[in-house]
Amino acid sequence: MTQRYGFQREWSWQTLVGVAFVATTALAACCLLGLSISLLGHFSIGGLPHVTWEFLTEAPRNNNTEGGIFPAIYGTVLLVILMTLLGVPVGTVTAIYLVEYAREDAAFTRWVRFGVNTLAGVPSIVFGLFGLGFFVQFVGKGIDRLLGLELMWGKPALIWAAATLAVLTLPVVIVSVEEALRSVPRQLREAALALGATRWQMIRRVVLPHAFTGVLTGSILAVSRGAGEVAPIMFVGAAYSLPELPKGLTSQFMELGYHLFVLSTQSPDVEATRPLQYATTVVLLLTTFALNLTAILLRLNMRRRQLMNR
Amino acid sequence: MAAPIPLQPKIRTFELNVYYGHKHALQDVTLEIYANRVTAFIGPSGCGKSTFLRALNRMNELIPNARTTGRVEIDGINIYDPNVDVVQVRRRVGMVFQQSVPFPKSIYDNVAFGLRLNGRPSKAELDEIVEQSLRRAALWDEVKDRLHHSALELSGGQQQRLCIARAIAVNPEVLLMDEPCSALDPISTAKIEELIEELKRDYTIVLVTHNIQQAARISDYTGFFYLGRLVEYNRTRELFTNPQRKETEDYITGRFG
Repeated sequence: MTQRYGFQREWSWQTLVGVAFVATTALAACCLLGLSISLLGHFSIGGLPHVTWEFLTEAPRNNNTEGGIFPAIYGTVLLVILMTLLGVPVGTVTAIYLVEYAREDAAFTRWVRFGVNTLAGVPSIVFGLFGLGFFVQFVGKGIDRLLGLELMWGKPALIWAAATLAVLTLPVVIVSVEEALRSVPRQLREAALALGATRWQMIRRVVLPHAFTGVLTGSILAVSRGAGEVAPIMFVGAAYSLPELPKGLTSQFMELGYHLFVLSTQSPDVEATRPLQYATTVVLLLTTFALNLTAILLRLNMRRRQLMNR
Repeated sequence: MAAPIPLQPKIRTFELNVYYGHKHALQDVTLEIYANRVTAFIGPSGCGKSTFLRALNRMNELIPNARTTGRVEIDGINIYDPNVDVVQVRRRVGMVFQQSVPFPKSIYDNVAFGLRLNGRPSKAELDEIVEQSLRRAALWDEVKDRLHHSALELSGGQQQRLCIARAIAVNPEVLLMDEPCSALDPISTAKIEELIEELKRDYTIVLVTHNIQQAARISDYTGFFYLGRLVEYNRTRELFTNPQRKETEDYITGRFG
């Protein structure tokens, strides 16, 4: 055997494998970076020049081959707000139940978790069909029958699209709120209980304030994921083209993602709509990014506050 | 010095057992803890002393799979009786933890936390009790000018005294302290020990400590736990000068630990 000096590196098969592994992971990371840059670059170059004030504020004209996308922006905003109002409270309350009250080993808890996981794995087009069958045909028609109305609720509408998307985002909301709740230190909970707080007082005064930003961040991320979905709303309220803006919960509406689908596949002249397609894509991306950015800023702000409190 | 308060049992445990799943963490503990005395429990890590302490205000119930059998009587009432409301138990039996855990609120709101759980005390009432509690926790002079600053700005020792102030603000009868000084420097520790001496005039204090000298310094009674059993329990002076059991002697002389 050769003499060894100190801790000199010895070249061997193992070292080579190590280097190869590092190179592979770095390459994968580079690919990801390249992909996102080319995606953004492609749509920005193709679309940004066409995102004009008129484009943002006017309605489509001439069978969607000219004009703007204001009705689609308006519909998307309404849809997102409604979906948040419907989904986030339900998801938050479910997460509070799962984290704070449910016994982990109880059959009911396991079924609820099974339900959440199942929902998370359902393809989004199935949500669309479910929304049509359940919300429109069953709930909507049921309301019409109960109230003796002709045809008011039992047709595709803003409210049913929002409800469908709320169901779609529910698992994401639940999981992220659960995470936020679990991040509240056990010592804080115990300290509250040891002072004679009831479980609800503990949740209300210690857990929820502590987890608030986390809940908010998680909800925004969940909502931003739902905001770009097209498949679930195709059957339950999104319209090809509408002469006027939606007036109420039962109106149909235009939506950015669906509008993009319409522009690029349903137009009589796809070539003519190409600039519109690019510009719409940019607007849709920017909307989603704005939501994500809000979530990131909130999270940073929360972290800074926590550090300052140390 | 004032005349010593006569010896009266405040807490009695009868064959108290705690299990974590299949682990028998506390075995058949039967003892009496006296009012207005400091009772310390010592023993190596995992001996069951903290488990015992947490059994006295039903804190073990928060641990999944924990099961308690036997009785813990406070003033003759078994706190494990199904008719007993655990919230009421914890209002009468306060607790200070090893890690000082102020709520991320102001100093004032920390002390007022327990008071606000029960009804809506007036501002004047709150002000008075907050000041009183902070004074008794020997913290008032250090924080009176910044009551509405975050409690997390305080030093470790101050935070622990704040936790004591928070616990006594709701006027409990018993104060459980789970290694209250183990994360503190010697000066802060001395302050807390002084405070414990003061507080025993009004409260029954039960203390768990890793620090054998601390138990010898400040407690009136000491119990030694080992492997989930109460090996020996006696007046502190007796236990330290004349231990009856070999394990006790080995532990307090530092032969294992």
